[in-house]
Amino acid sequence: MTEQPGKFPFTRGIHATMYRGRLWTMRQYAGFGDARETNKRYRYLLDHGQTGLSMAFDLPTQIGYDSDDAMALGEVGRVGVAISSLADMEQVFSGIPLDKVSTSMTINATASILLALYLAVAEKQGVPWSKVSGTVQNDILKEYIARGTYIFPPHPSLRLIADIVEFCAKEVPGWNTISVGGYHMREAGCTAAQEIAFTLADGITYVQTCVERGLNVDDFAPRLAFFFNCHTNFFEEVAKFRAARRLWAGIMRDRFGAKNERSMMLRFHTQTAGSSLTAQQPDNNVVRTTLEALAAVLGGTQSLHTNSKDEAIALPTEESVLLALRTQQIIAHESGVTAEPDPLGGSHYVEAQTDRLEREAREYLSKIDNMGGMLKAIENGYVYKEIYRSAYEHQKAVEKKEKIIVGVNEFVSGKQLKLKTQQIDPKLEPRRRKELRALRKKRGNVQKHLATLKKAAGSSDNLTPVIIDCVRHYVTVGEICKLLRQEFGEYRANHSI
Amino acid sequence: MKVLIAKAGLDGHERGALVVAMGLRDAGMEVVYTGIRNTPEQIVAAAIQEDVDAIGLSSLSGGHMAQFSRVMELLKKNKFKPLVFAGGIIPDEDVKKLKKLGIREVFGPGSSITSIVEFLKKNV
Repeated sequence: MTEQPGKFPFTRGIHATMYRGRLWTMRQYAGFGDARETNKRYRYLLDHGQTGLSMAFDLPTQIGYDSDDAMALGEVGRVGVAISSLADMEQVFSGIPLDKVSTSMTINATASILLALYLAVAEKQGVPWSKVSGTVQNDILKEYIARGTYIFPPHPSLRLIADIVEFCAKEVPGWNTISVGGYHMREAGCTAAQEIAFTLADGITYVQTCVERGLNVDDFAPRLAFFFNCHTNFFEEVAKFRAARRLWAGIMRDRFGAKNERSMMLRFHTQTAGSSLTAQQPDNNVVRTTLEALAAVLGGTQSLHTNSKDEAIALPTEESVLLALRTQQIIAHESGVTAEPDPLGGSHYVEAQTDRLEREAREYLSKIDNMGGMLKAIENGYVYKEIYRSAYEHQKAVEKKEKIIVGVNEFVSGKQLKLKTQQIDPKLEPRRRKELRALRKKRGNVQKHLATLKKAAGSSDNLTPVIIDCVRHYVTVGEICKLLRQEFGEYRANHSI
Repeated sequence: MKVLIAKAGLDGHERGALVVAMGLRDAGMEVVYTGIRNTPEQIVAAAIQEDVDAIGLSSLSGGHMAQFSRVMELLKKNKFKPLVFAGGIIPDEDVKKLKKLGIREVFGPGSSITSIVEFLKKNV
């Protein structure tokens, strides 16, 4: 083996000592209901040894509607916490000092607003921005392809992304500005090779955008991170992470001329595969998650979310989230797999799988380059069609029993176990409407802040500081987005079968 | 048979809806897919315009009670009576409520395309 851990192209890991030096960050994705409930869940997780927060937002927050907007009907607080103004964000982090935790936010189209809210909370807590650390997902391209929480067309969206990258490089040096995600494309049905290729192709587009703006690649690239899925095919998944690291290192050095090794290191968060969980025999999901988490650790992940067994059915209960966290802790502290960096490196099978995935991903990447880049491949429907073709093939294979899913198409027991699931308070939506009405009354006139934002949106100024100033004055997520929708227009995906 | 597969609300999970749409198409049905982010009003308008025999509603974000009941209400108001079925992440207690509203069947995670095809052939 000529490749070494901690050395270019980092196939075997980005650190020479890996988990002997430092364990991965255990980061359970959480957030639901209102700010008060979410604050309670976060404190619970921190009290039980979780080492970082990962914030889930409800769909209205992700798509730029306040909780009292007609478009928010039925969705408030469902898949994450509802955040409309600084008041909500202050409540979420009440009693959680922002210089003591790192927070990852799954937020894309409205990333600059949620980052602004986080920085405004830090200010209020007296924590300087140089001391806060965390991540915004800020990855709009995969939203157009698979996840669906886009608002604006690609060009203004890429501008907002580059604004964050540029702003944080100067003002918030500990912030990871983009987490380029393959997770959702994999959930949507793509293969391991496609996951690598489409993710890196998105990454290339972001780096290209920032370079075209005149930023020096080594000034921002070390703060880019990635987010992968970890599925059940054990060795293929370990190999996937290795292949992705090798490919990215080469791309950054050769295509973008990066000089700093940190720009070439592919750092990533992993979440176990939600789509591998079954509603049937849900206890089996604990076993699936354990295997997937182990593959992520053997693949050298920097942080990890383990799914809870009830997530095929509902939001997880406190009890099942704790079991998922314990799964990571057992791998970390009892299994002994942390003793050696890249312990599977050199295995004939894993090395061959790594080479195969690298080759297949390269083929996709050159096909995308030939189409004129990822933006074109998204707009002409290529990426979308590739993913759903794979999803359909998978479904057919399951129905023909060419693929076995225990408890679903084989080893089906007569009895369906019932799970206790997390419920969202039905009074939440009316309560949120009332709270927002009160807030708008109390905060005073915000028109002058919105006028400043409108002017900046029409110029080429960086919008991040302007948005921070808006949220400081309790301008809401919905109000900012309404204005930007008028300025930038809205994207409408043209997906068909 | 003509079927509308529809995604209501802000939910962007379309794997299930698309795989079902592709499966029904391959089973010989004519399928119209709405794409994501439709209001109940848009779904009902599309169903009437396309004059479909059945509507499949998909939701994985938990907004199904509010959105699906509105679809049923609008269908009634417009005196349009296709067979309505649903899929996605829908808790058992809500399945009962949805059936009371006139939604004929709910296909949860792990359902096969074959079972959906059989159901539609038998009931439409």
